Amino acid sequence: MSETLSALKGARFAGIAVVTEAGLRGMITVRGDLADTDVKNAVTGVAGVDMPGQREINTVGERGIAWMSPDELLVMVPHGEAEQAVETMNAALTGAHALVVNVSDARAVFDVTGPHAREVLGKLMPVDFSAVGFGPGMIRRSRMAQVPAAVWMTGEDAFRVVCFRSVAQYVFDLLKAAAAEGSEVGLYA
Amino acid sequence: MLILECPYCGVKGEETEFHGGGEAHLKRFGPGSSEEDFEGYLFHRENPKGVHLERWRHVNGCGKWFHVARDTATLEVFGSYSAQVTEPPQEIKDAISAKRPGWSWREFA
Repeated sequence: MSETLSALKGARFAGIAVVTEAGLRGMITVRGDLADTDVKNAVTGVAGVDMPGQREINTVGERGIAWMSPDELLVMVPHGEAEQAVETMNAALTGAHALVVNVSDARAVFDVTGPHAREVLGKLMPVDFSAVGFGPGMIRRSRMAQVPAAVWMTGEDAFRVVCFRSVAQYVFDLLKAAAAEGSEVGLYA
Repeated sequence: MLILECPYCGVKGEETEFHGGGEAHLKRFGPGSSEEDFEGYLFHRENPKGVHLERWRHVNGCGKWFHVARDTATLEVFGSYSAQVTEPPQEIKDAISAKRPGWSWREFA
């Protein structure tokens, strides 16, 4: 079987923040009625975390569930388990009006870490990245310059960015420029 | 800059995160309607300086369509509301009336 590679093969850049392509992640889009017990049980069973509320994300290690819209969730599992997870959820949702699709290989994932990580993202997205406006457990879908992106925190001064794989190089170049050495603004200092 | 709040995901975002979808509450006139009604449905749009009701889509977010009541001259937003309605809800009408007494827009006032 052919070897699956991530979009930028783990590219890394260190400036005022460290930008790393995070490699392959299992990502599954689930659409349906999020108040439905079958849907809740199916996703929490596979991800092993609680159901997130509006604009929230719950993660443990590589597993997690993110609230994407009033009828959409993003379920995250290790890359190798995604197909199995889709089958498990489809089996649990037999007869329910729901859609489960493995989108792992349609996505690119970046980690932005360091004391200036908030600022690097703040330069690229129309989002308040101050500690008051954005904290752990929140997920924000917005745009990064010209392309859609979602972002959440994985720890203190550590962010994870998800975008479409087709724009991975573009997003990496954006993050590199925003994290260029000497480009601190000090907005969130 | 226009700051809109998506009623579906609750995000208060800046204009470029959304995409305008034209005039709200259009009534469709299809086959069997009079030529005047069909022409009005296709071509005739409000172009007010002041209170306006519009459709917007949270295109770089949850992807949902919704309605916004705003002032085209001042960019003041009176409120956003569900797309699944054929007229602005009373609280939106009240919010507009509080700021722009005597306003009217098409058949609403």
